Amino acid sequence: MTLELHNVSKVVDRETHIRDVSLRLERGSLNVLLGPTLSGKTSLMRLMAGLDEPTAGRIVMNGRDVTGLPVRKRSVAMVYQQFINYPTLSVWENIASPLKVAGRPRDEIDRKVAEAARLLRIDRMLDRTPLELSGGQQQRTALARALVKGAELVLLDEPLANLDYKLREELREELPRIFAASGAILVYATTEPAEALLLGGHTATLHEGAVTQFGPTLEVYRRPHDRRTAQVFSDPPMNFLDIEVRGGMAWIGEAVVPATGSLRGLADGDYTIGFRPNHLALAAGRPDAIALSAVVAVTEITGSESFVHMDYAGCRWVALAHGVHEPAIDTEVRVWLDPHRFFVFGRDGRLVAAPATAAAAAA
Amino acid sequence: MARIDLSRLAHSYVPQPKAKSDYALKEFDLTWDDGGAYALLGPSGCGKTTLLNIISGLLAPSHGRILFDGEDVTMLPPEARNIAQVFQFPVVYDSMTVRDNLAFPLRNRGVPADEIDRRVKEIAEMLEMTPVLSRKASNLTADAKQKISLGRGLVRADVNAILFDEPLTVIDPHLKWLLRSQLKHLHRRFAHTMIYVTHDQTEALTFADKVVVMYDGEVVQVGTPHELFQRPAHTFVGYFIGSPGMNVLPCRVDGALATVGSHQVPLRGGYRALPQGAKTEIGVRPEFVRLSRTDGLPVQVERVDDVGRFRVVKARLDGLAVNALLPEDAEVPADGVRVHFDPQATNLYVDDHLWLTEGEA
Repeated sequence: MTLELHNVSKVVDRETHIRDVSLRLERGSLNVLLGPTLSGKTSLMRLMAGLDEPTAGRIVMNGRDVTGLPVRKRSVAMVYQQFINYPTLSVWENIASPLKVAGRPRDEIDRKVAEAARLLRIDRMLDRTPLELSGGQQQRTALARALVKGAELVLLDEPLANLDYKLREELREELPRIFAASGAILVYATTEPAEALLLGGHTATLHEGAVTQFGPTLEVYRRPHDRRTAQVFSDPPMNFLDIEVRGGMAWIGEAVVPATGSLRGLADGDYTIGFRPNHLALAAGRPDAIALSAVVAVTEITGSESFVHMDYAGCRWVALAHGVHEPAIDTEVRVWLDPHRFFVFGRDGRLVAAPATAAAAAA
Repeated sequence: MARIDLSRLAHSYVPQPKAKSDYALKEFDLTWDDGGAYALLGPSGCGKTTLLNIISGLLAPSHGRILFDGEDVTMLPPEARNIAQVFQFPVVYDSMTVRDNLAFPLRNRGVPADEIDRRVKEIAEMLEMTPVLSRKASNLTADAKQKISLGRGLVRADVNAILFDEPLTVIDPHLKWLLRSQLKHLHRRFAHTMIYVTHDQTEALTFADKVVVMYDGEVVQVGTPHELFQRPAHTFVGYFIGSPGMNVLPCRVDGALATVGSHQVPLRGGYRALPQGAKTEIGVRPEFVRLSRTDGLPVQVERVDDVGRFRVVKARLDGLAVNALLPEDAEVPADGVRVHFDPQATNLYVDDHLWLTEGEA
């Protein structure tokens, strides 16, 4: 089955929650909705589910217009960030509930519940009630219930956000595999770029209710069409700087250098460069790397890597470097920018050039 | 500010604890230095909230003592301990302005008005809340409300310690960066003793000068982020910190050589007199695993995850999982892949605890 959104908008009390979204999601695909809180992820999922009706636009499932069709008449399952289970029912009864409602025969229910519980590794917990389970097991119960339903569209709204870091790592790897086997369209909302990259599939980046880009996850990461998308898909945040290019030379902060790397061949004009924190170096690299002096704001060390936050010409930047680096706060630090790693945006925010390796990967 | 000592501290929720498993917190000693920034890190159920509640006075420990600057406070209620706390969800008075919310902990203690003004201004500046000081808290987003909670925790200069219980859970990733760097800045500036509870390794490692790692009611390591990375004291630390965590492989040890299956792995030094019958394993982080076609142990590559700034290679060595982290531009050989472990970064674990080489011991 396919799910198509055609120019879908949602306005509540004159406030636009979803802005002219068009998407086409394929059978058996994994689709990530990536964006910060209030960017419209949950609103969009509720429209896809049929929990809300769009103000404008059409929603088409398998070629059939379902725009006004309520959720109970659609083949949809949804899992939320908060673990939602029936507290007085056993885990078995929780998982079985959609099948019971659908009036399935007992042997089918037994079989499906056992299989879902095995896949989500809660098969030893079936007699307990949800409150006797850990958070991770409670969420596995909710996921198992969504799985047995056999819905064509499965919506997971930040399903791992309330779980421990390590549990998240495990479930994140298992979930796409488990649902892929069912052939459903899987939609997964998250605020975290790293999670989108680990999930793979396709990603739609959201900003203020609009989808800024939709495509294969790595392609969106490597070739964001505009500055907004680059911002949404970068954690730690991408670093930006306004620059000027004239006659093959680039004015980058206090440096005036030949326009190499992503800057090569740009028409004269004003641009904004974006570069990821791991490409802001604390040591000299390539010969054409551009050296600048920034002021250290704060440093954070994760053990294997250091984040050095700094201020440069009114911009807050962060460098992510291997090893332990702890330059003193409020002192000047020398940093190097690699022009081959620049994303170049026009002043209208559209991507003009991307790092060459990225272009090759996207081609 | 105070130095906090926990002396032979243990806690059981069971009236007459007997077995080790009856203890939510197993006996340990720990000192939190005056002015230190600490993180308390562990999975849910490891005992970190129990420990936090004992320090704040919400819970009286069943065994042991808590000392603030040498003074026994074990039986003192929370309000007598002079501690500030910031919780997971915002605690603000909706009907008050942001300014009054921030001033509340000071007014409560009869701080002079001009000092209140000065402190509130300073904290608001730091949290970038100056423009909204006169607004009612009820009109603000969840993020902004949590910033007020942080501000209320930080506004008093005279507290013995500030305890943070997963304070950034409800905050967006981008704002998390900002708030974390502001917290760190505040710590540098005022040198409060800070204890930050979290299950998020990035938060713990970036916030703290020292991280206390808990597992199953025990403190398994206290160390700088670098120490936890370089020399995890327990296989759990190796697994829990790092993503993916440390590779742990069963081995036999003979001097400076480990044998994994039928393969030999050089170690950074010699080991002597290992306990008889103990479980021995080597631990090496994915960051220190190099792929090669000529050198090392033969593996089957199962998948390669490209996560942008690096690639995670998931492989099997005689059925055992081995992960490697490669830089973003590195090539993964198509076949005949071997893994090489950096001997300097390969640790030996005996019954899950780090074992030192002859030279280190």
